[in-house]
Amino acid sequence: MALLQISEPGQSAAPHQHKLAIGIDLGTTHSLVATVRSGMSVVLNDEMGRALLPSVVRFCADGSVVVGHDAQAAQALDPQNTIVSVKRFMGRGLKDIADIAHLPYRFVDAPGMLQINTITGIKSPVEVSAEILKVLKRRAEKSLGGEITGAVITVPAYFDDAQRQATKDAARLAGLNVLRLLNEPTAAAIAYGLDNAAEGIYVVYDLGGGTFDVSILRLTRGVFEVLATSGDSALGGDDFDRRIYCWILEQAQLPPLSAEDNRLLLTKAREAKEWLSEHHEARITCVLSHGRVIDLTLTAATFNELTATLVAKTMTPVRKALRDARLDVTDIKGVVMVGGATRMPQIRHAVAEFFGSEPLTNLDPDKVVALGAAIQANILVGNKNDDELLLLDVVPLSLGLETMGGLIEKIIPRNSPIPIARAQDFTTFKDGQTAMSIHVVQGERELVSDCRSLARFELRGIPPMAAGAARVRVTFQVDADGLLSVSARELTSGVEAHVTVKPSYGLSEEQIADMLRASFAHADEDKQARALREAQVEANRLLETVAAALKADGDSLLSTEERARIEAAVSNLRQALTRDDANAIRREIAALNQATEAFAARRMDMSIRKALAGHKLEEIDS
Amino acid sequence: MLQQNHFALFGLKPAFEIDTARLDQAYRKLQAEVHPDRYATATAQEKLQSLAWATRINEAYQTLKNPLLRARYLLQLHGFEIHEGANTAMPAEFLMQQMEWREAIEDARHTRNLNTLVALNRELEHEMEALKHALGTALDVRGDYASAAEMVCKLRFLEKVRDEIELALEDLEQ
Repeated sequence: MALLQISEPGQSAAPHQHKLAIGIDLGTTHSLVATVRSGMSVVLNDEMGRALLPSVVRFCADGSVVVGHDAQAAQALDPQNTIVSVKRFMGRGLKDIADIAHLPYRFVDAPGMLQINTITGIKSPVEVSAEILKVLKRRAEKSLGGEITGAVITVPAYFDDAQRQATKDAARLAGLNVLRLLNEPTAAAIAYGLDNAAEGIYVVYDLGGGTFDVSILRLTRGVFEVLATSGDSALGGDDFDRRIYCWILEQAQLPPLSAEDNRLLLTKAREAKEWLSEHHEARITCVLSHGRVIDLTLTAATFNELTATLVAKTMTPVRKALRDARLDVTDIKGVVMVGGATRMPQIRHAVAEFFGSEPLTNLDPDKVVALGAAIQANILVGNKNDDELLLLDVVPLSLGLETMGGLIEKIIPRNSPIPIARAQDFTTFKDGQTAMSIHVVQGERELVSDCRSLARFELRGIPPMAAGAARVRVTFQVDADGLLSVSARELTSGVEAHVTVKPSYGLSEEQIADMLRASFAHADEDKQARALREAQVEANRLLETVAAALKADGDSLLSTEERARIEAAVSNLRQALTRDDANAIRREIAALNQATEAFAARRMDMSIRKALAGHKLEEIDS
Repeated sequence: MLQQNHFALFGLKPAFEIDTARLDQAYRKLQAEVHPDRYATATAQEKLQSLAWATRINEAYQTLKNPLLRARYLLQLHGFEIHEGANTAMPAEFLMQQMEWREAIEDARHTRNLNTLVALNRELEHEMEALKHALGTALDVRGDYASAAEMVCKLRFLEKVRDEIELALEDLEQ
């Protein structure tokens, strides 16, 4: 029998130690966490063997927070403090929520994003979502037996910038290192495509609890290229529940009900919907708080009638995505169904009829997104060193600026591949104008009032000139998470006024830090210890990366002096690591990053040259 | 290297008629090298490099993939800048045709006639294909950049009409 090797304390066992990476599907109705274990993507269950964590958070009078099944069980008892479907409120203001009158919460209007007044104080949707993420993080740590290096969090493809930013903030608030925000249909395509070695053009039809996405992807030897995406971020399985709920109200001729009774009926409606996926009729029985007995039978035929307009509504984005991709139904090789709501037979029939073929349903529609996210997380963290998987995603909604008269100038059109940057020049309207107000919006319509306002900022210090003489260049950059940053500067004068904005609804770094500090006050570890540990982890990661880069390309790309400079910075960082000073470690990390700047640029050039080597030859031939 | 022209980036000769399969292939190969997903745990400097390159490659790919943008970019390489809006002196008959299309779209919108819109869309696609063919000849064979510039403007007009048809289709479908 071979002897097992044990490494010296303090040294890593292997140069490529397996890092713990997770994929999280933060859903409207429930959330999941998955990881790749022995090459297989698996969903992690709770202690009772349950995979799905209901996305329900209850804030209790004693200051405790209950998440999941127990919170769900309490929702009819304590509807005001039990937040369900919080995802619908992410990055949203009060005026964006259509059915606000039917919801039991005490909402507080706040600039950018609404808040909810609970028994333990005012909570933003970001904080509520962070509670769900914390539970999943703990579940993963327990199950995997170690600290999580990084996480991929999924978002609906049709989420706008505000909703994405809110999701990323929630993950950071939960103490997660966010490797990437990944679009849900793309995640599903990974899990599905890798499982089936699929090639060709596929449609992902993703009807979740509160959001609808459709993405069209081209699969070519491990490359998942999104050609177009569309959807409705306020349409999902919840809407089908509400149709049944309204039907109950009408059939039983009920007067306005208490929050508790409303919640009870909504739960009954959801149960009836789920029952009808397998049966021809569902019996709905319950007793309301004043003793009123409800006993109704809902047939599948009636349910279909009630929801026909909702089903039809999902087809509009499908057509739009096909048009955007300049494709016809006949070009589509298969349709993948994602999201629990796609279990409804009327949805499957409608999709089958539209595409002229049965949709693919062989993976669990509730789990497929988390499974795909875990595969991506595993690759991003560096566990799998293969080049076979690559995701190329797009911006779901056009990004633009307000110009004169409330009109919009589109800067980045929808379905542009990300990351992307675009610049547009603007000029002054009046003589001597020294400032310009810049209003960033997202959406497809021509009028500002029909689009989502993302951020407003002012560019000041433009030298006084005649109207139309100044040239202000506004640059939009969308990163690989689909998040936007905007900068502006005046060109003609050589005076460079420069400002980079983060959209206004997002939390600032300081706010996040404050919230984290507040949450640590309750935790048993103190904030300095955590800051130190984070700095150490980052330092070790950096040292490992630099060592690998030096080994691979140090001899060929660096002069003796350049190499000596980098090695000096490496040794300084190592030195700093021996002392327990987070600030000193951070300083040396920055210095080493600085020292490797030119090296990083040369390595990138080299890999591009290598990739193009074959093409260059062909060009000379032709 | 970040500055080289879009065609060279993908190992293509600067021309209107390009091998799109090769463009697609080169695009995927380059992104496989530079995409931020490849540098998720890299140093801050490498991440910045990766973002800049992936952005650059996407921009170049978008430009070359779209015939209108490709033609405009080629003209730019040959020293012909096209200023949209400033250069609207189009032939009268072309403008007449435009107005007829727009009226037809409005009529179809009011009478909620989806079939008419679909037919108009097809007619427009046909027209655009013909124009692209002519553009290829002007750019690649004759090297007649002045008339190519006019065709680019025409093509831009047609794309705007198509956008209107698609908006109308969307509204009717809702």
